[in-house]
Amino acid sequence: MLDYVLPRYKVMRDVDLCVECGVCERSCSNEVHRVDEDLGRVVADHMKCVNCQRCVVMCPTRAISITKWPQVDTGSSNWTLGYMQDIAKQAQTGAVLLSSMGNPEPYPIYWDHLLLNASQVTNPSIDPLREPMETRVFLGSRPGMLKVNERSRQVVSAMPAQLKLDVPMMFSAMSFGSISLNTQMSLAMAATELGTYFNTGEGGLHQDLEGYSDHAVVQVASGRFGVDPHYLNAGAAIEIKIGQGAKPGIGGHLPGEKIDAEVSRTRMIPEGTDAISPAPHHDIYSIEDLRQLIFSIKEATLYQKPVSVKIAAVHNVAAIASGIARAGADIIAIDGFRGGTGAAPKRIRDNVGIPVELALASVDRRLREEGIRSTVSVVAGGSIRSSADIVRAIALGADAVYIASAALIALGCHQCGDCSSGKCNWGIATQRPELTRRLNPEIAAERVVNLIGGWTHEIQEMMGGMGINSIDSLRGNRLMLRGVGLNQKELDILGVKHAGE
Amino acid sequence: MLKPKREGEVRIPSGCAIAAIMDRSGCRHDGMDILRSIALMHDRGNGLGGGFAAYGIYPEYKDLYAFHIMYETPEARMATEEYLGTYFMVEKQERIPTTDVPSIKNPPDIWRYFALVHPMKLNMSGLDEAEYTMQHVFHINAGIDGAFVASSGKDMGAFKGVGYPEDIGEFYRIQDYEAWAWTAHGRFPTNTPGWWGGAHPFTLLNWSVVHNGEISSYDANRRYVEQFGYQCELQTDTEVITYLFDLLARRHGFSQEMTAHIMTAASWDDIDRMPPDEAAFETALRTTYPSALVNGPFSIIVGSEEGLLALNDRLKLRALMVAEKGPMVYLASEQAAIEVVCPDAQNVRSIEGGVPFVVQLDEVAERKRQGSTENSPADVALTHETGVMPPRRKEMAHA
Repeated sequence: MLDYVLPRYKVMRDVDLCVECGVCERSCSNEVHRVDEDLGRVVADHMKCVNCQRCVVMCPTRAISITKWPQVDTGSSNWTLGYMQDIAKQAQTGAVLLSSMGNPEPYPIYWDHLLLNASQVTNPSIDPLREPMETRVFLGSRPGMLKVNERSRQVVSAMPAQLKLDVPMMFSAMSFGSISLNTQMSLAMAATELGTYFNTGEGGLHQDLEGYSDHAVVQVASGRFGVDPHYLNAGAAIEIKIGQGAKPGIGGHLPGEKIDAEVSRTRMIPEGTDAISPAPHHDIYSIEDLRQLIFSIKEATLYQKPVSVKIAAVHNVAAIASGIARAGADIIAIDGFRGGTGAAPKRIRDNVGIPVELALASVDRRLREEGIRSTVSVVAGGSIRSSADIVRAIALGADAVYIASAALIALGCHQCGDCSSGKCNWGIATQRPELTRRLNPEIAAERVVNLIGGWTHEIQEMMGGMGINSIDSLRGNRLMLRGVGLNQKELDILGVKHAGE
Repeated sequence: MLKPKREGEVRIPSGCAIAAIMDRSGCRHDGMDILRSIALMHDRGNGLGGGFAAYGIYPEYKDLYAFHIMYETPEARMATEEYLGTYFMVEKQERIPTTDVPSIKNPPDIWRYFALVHPMKLNMSGLDEAEYTMQHVFHINAGIDGAFVASSGKDMGAFKGVGYPEDIGEFYRIQDYEAWAWTAHGRFPTNTPGWWGGAHPFTLLNWSVVHNGEISSYDANRRYVEQFGYQCELQTDTEVITYLFDLLARRHGFSQEMTAHIMTAASWDDIDRMPPDEAAFETALRTTYPSALVNGPFSIIVGSEEGLLALNDRLKLRALMVAEKGPMVYLASEQAAIEVVCPDAQNVRSIEGGVPFVVQLDEVAERKRQGSTENSPADVALTHETGVMPPRRKEMAHA
């Protein structure tokens, strides 16, 4: 059958600069580049290029650049080349379209419509170089009120276990299997140095990471891979993953070819078998079942670890979050529809779920209306791109944010969206030894620490400008935000005024 | 004509002058000194708001709620009196005596009511007396157009309006009242609503707050207290600070000093340097009450039946001086405002950032010394099941 699928990218090579050294050929696991001995030059198979830009970065003479395949579409706004190519692919294979990373479609990005405030005259801005500027956050449930002995200065109330974050961000769940051990190791090292947490994802905790388990959030997902009492007690907190922003409502599938000896041992499944995470947890068909799982985990960990429940931002998110809080969760993690993934059906990724900005604002409002916002923590994730997004998220009501794509970009990810092929040239979303060793965990961790350090400085500068010297006073402080280019309904949901108001 | 929005319809930042005078022994003094003290700081206000709170002024009615209520229309008064008659038993009602002052324009009709709560209605409400009274004050302020409750405590009252504080004091004839504590406020709003209800002190039950500053944590604090039934109608810092005090001190049962400490919590840098027990105590306060932290420049004087509390923000971004002489304590934004009424005051010093300065009536201080040191929350409804091990389970785990 003739394949109608066109290349997506075209490899441009400046022949004047190319020295035929072959670095590009060795760099590319997709086998795009080939030094053709007969022709005496380097040629490219454009069809195989995914635009990961590894060759562009590695080329010593800067001879390579990648451009879009220069095919025009028909000019129709309806039958775009993208839709036609998707149909061509499915006509060829009869399969579900697979994709990776976050929703790339041009839906509104509300972060870009929220502007931050700064002090002028009536109160002074605060200089973070002169004054303490607190970015520390505690996550977990809190008593609605505290009983203390004021004279002996001791707490009488029992205090629940909490996570201490020196910066208001954690690395969100990415499992061993979907990403390499070196990648997890990099994030674990960075989290330890930064005083925050990485998340094992649903693939278990590899024994090499046990040294970092104080800074691990261990995840329990529908496949229950790698879950045993040791695993639950190893981490600083446990997260029940109900859903993920990139693929709400569906499970996961790690093919048997990727289940090598290491992944098999960590996930506690036989080598070479498919690792299937069912769409729902088959012991959670309703909210009361979630309560049972939360308290089973609390019993198994003697109430020493906060329990988080992660859900995808969907239409009814506020009511669901309220139910989760009442089911006994200590932390509610909300993952917006732009959140990344190692693999998701394209139609799910691009069409299901809602933006995290709206979900977060609604959840925060609902929990406040019910008077329980102060007793539970809320973490927002799903495409946090900069320190300004973090400030916005906290002002909309988040206690902290989850970041993953940004951390991977710091490691070298170029968002090509081809994670599911397992051929990641940056050594991130792959288990191939020749590729995973491209990522040196120590150097990679330093890059992530640099990124988070830079963002933290920026958060401090922005807070100082607002006249705030503790992140506690930014949380839910929507007066620090103004919408621009939003309609009244959007402003109402976000709980912010329009710029100029 | 363009009509500026009122307090409550819009958030108006303002700078201010504040002052207070208290006699720890409980002896009562007339309003002349506080008037002279706040008048000296004329330039810190702009004539758009002034007011006083006085404690101990109604000894003959000290067990009754004294409602000071402002009316813009006769209809508002009728509606309010009908409402009060339904939920309270009013023993006495009268127009608050005033004097014509040329600079005071269009004052509202200002009344006071001495009232008991209606015992049956209180019983049916399921609330305690203070909570019951507070809810009805909220109802009048939010629900009856043209009526505003200026104060609602016992044996205390607020006298406030649009004008310079010295003119407002003269208008209300505060020299005719005797109080063991006086607080005063001169306002410099950056907008011109000209509304009597929006003047300060802000009061609720026995609390009165005068405040100079603009808190940057306003919305975080507001959204926290609104969870517990407080209605931030005026959108002012003073209002939200009053509610924080009421929540933490009255409902959660903390001492006023501990309440102030929670609002200006120890910094994490300091906590990290503390011995473990002390650090655990401070950490528990901060993690339970993060949204009660007040940020940005402020100096406040909180009045109550116990006495006065003065507090500055953690970074000390606003001026506030204190001085003493015998049983007398003087507080003011400027030292000169103390010296004008007490030239030989002693221990003149500034209030430190984040360190509450507490003055209690001698008899209150003595009672506190003998009382329990654990806070006893008034409000069990606020307890929430948290992720702590149930007690029975704990015994088994340790067995």
